[in-house]
Amino acid sequence: MTDRIRINLKDIVNNEERLAPGHRLCGGCGEPTIMRMILHAIEGPVVISTATGCLEVSTTVYPTTAWQVPWIHSAFENSATTISGVEAAYKALKRSGKIPADKEIKFLAVGGDGASYDIGFQWISGALERGHKLVYVCLNNEAYMNTGIQRSGATPKGANTTTSPVGDVIPGKTQWRKPFTRIMAAHDIPYVAQAAPHNYRDLMTKVKKAFAADGPAVLNILAPCPRGWRTESDQTMVLTKLAADTCYWPLYEVDHGKTVVNYKPREKKPVADWLKVQGRFRHLFRPAYASILEEIQARIDQEWERLLKEEAAG
Amino acid sequence: MKEYTAPRLDRPWSEVNPGGIVLDPGISVTYITGTWRTMRPVRDQAQCTQCLICWIMCPDAAIPIVDGKVDSFDYDHCKGCGICAEQCPVNIKKPHSVTGELGKVIQMVPESSEGGE
Repeated sequence: MTDRIRINLKDIVNNEERLAPGHRLCGGCGEPTIMRMILHAIEGPVVISTATGCLEVSTTVYPTTAWQVPWIHSAFENSATTISGVEAAYKALKRSGKIPADKEIKFLAVGGDGASYDIGFQWISGALERGHKLVYVCLNNEAYMNTGIQRSGATPKGANTTTSPVGDVIPGKTQWRKPFTRIMAAHDIPYVAQAAPHNYRDLMTKVKKAFAADGPAVLNILAPCPRGWRTESDQTMVLTKLAADTCYWPLYEVDHGKTVVNYKPREKKPVADWLKVQGRFRHLFRPAYASILEEIQARIDQEWERLLKEEAAG
Repeated sequence: MKEYTAPRLDRPWSEVNPGGIVLDPGISVTYITGTWRTMRPVRDQAQCTQCLICWIMCPDAAIPIVDGKVDSFDYDHCKGCGICAEQCPVNIKKPHSVTGELGKVIQMVPESSEGGE
């Protein structure tokens, strides 16, 4: 365990902005705020590789770039692999003396939920198994938003997307989301955490812990998408707070195998509070879909209980 | 941040960097996303407590910092999403310096209206 980390905005407010304005991410998008929080939490030089997705296309519209750090993109599936190679090259250059032995550089791979849950899944697994010292961040907006809101492995049950459209046949997506954070934790890597941007202190503490870990680390961060979730652009932080308060998106970490739930709502809100504010779930409140609503609540309760049990088990 | 002029879009292929690499970090500032805005945030500087929540929550780094304090808005890049006004935790006691209304230190006004620094 690392020492207690304190996040004080006054300490970081004079830091250089490493993600410049002028990027084309939608107004109210959760991703740039999360990226800024991550970059403000990282001390010293960092190299970033991003997978194909909203963040990648919107920050690097040719011939401009919003990044003020070394940045690489190669394909949809392999941001973890690309940054693995960069980390290996850094180690080799250090060995041969071309990079001074005391120069510390950090390595960050970023992907959306499509790149993390589906397309780049096995590549992340490989990078974790090889034990590169890197941090993988999943900016989870729960569908393929960049290409126009197609369902992904992260899309929750009942969500209306263009490839799981609500109608007479199906009530939105029929499958449950993949437990990505748990699967990452099952790799027995030093640090895995789930975070959300409304709680910037928790998020930035987790970033610092991830980079201080003695091996690979993974962060899964909920990033609201006003277009895909059908919400107002100013509700971004309100939504992630609701996700944490309903236990739909628990804020927790698995530090060297030990599970800690970082936020336990004083009063656990019904999951309907989280669903009813989003257009993608509007249909679930028709009487015909009452059973699905109950099923979602039961599943959330079950997962929350399991998490609390895992924490108690230590 | 470095000062840039907008990159040329009519460069012949022979002048393009190999691999299409962009060598100017942060040159996206030359692209004005402020034109997207329909609602504009306005701040009552005198009643602001400098909690910096708006600064950390802004998706566009559009809240400039002067001597460690938030100072107005970067209206060239603010997209008007309203997250700052929604997240502003300070309920003001006197009417807002721009809107004249009670509420938060940061409030949203229609882009077509007067006001803002």
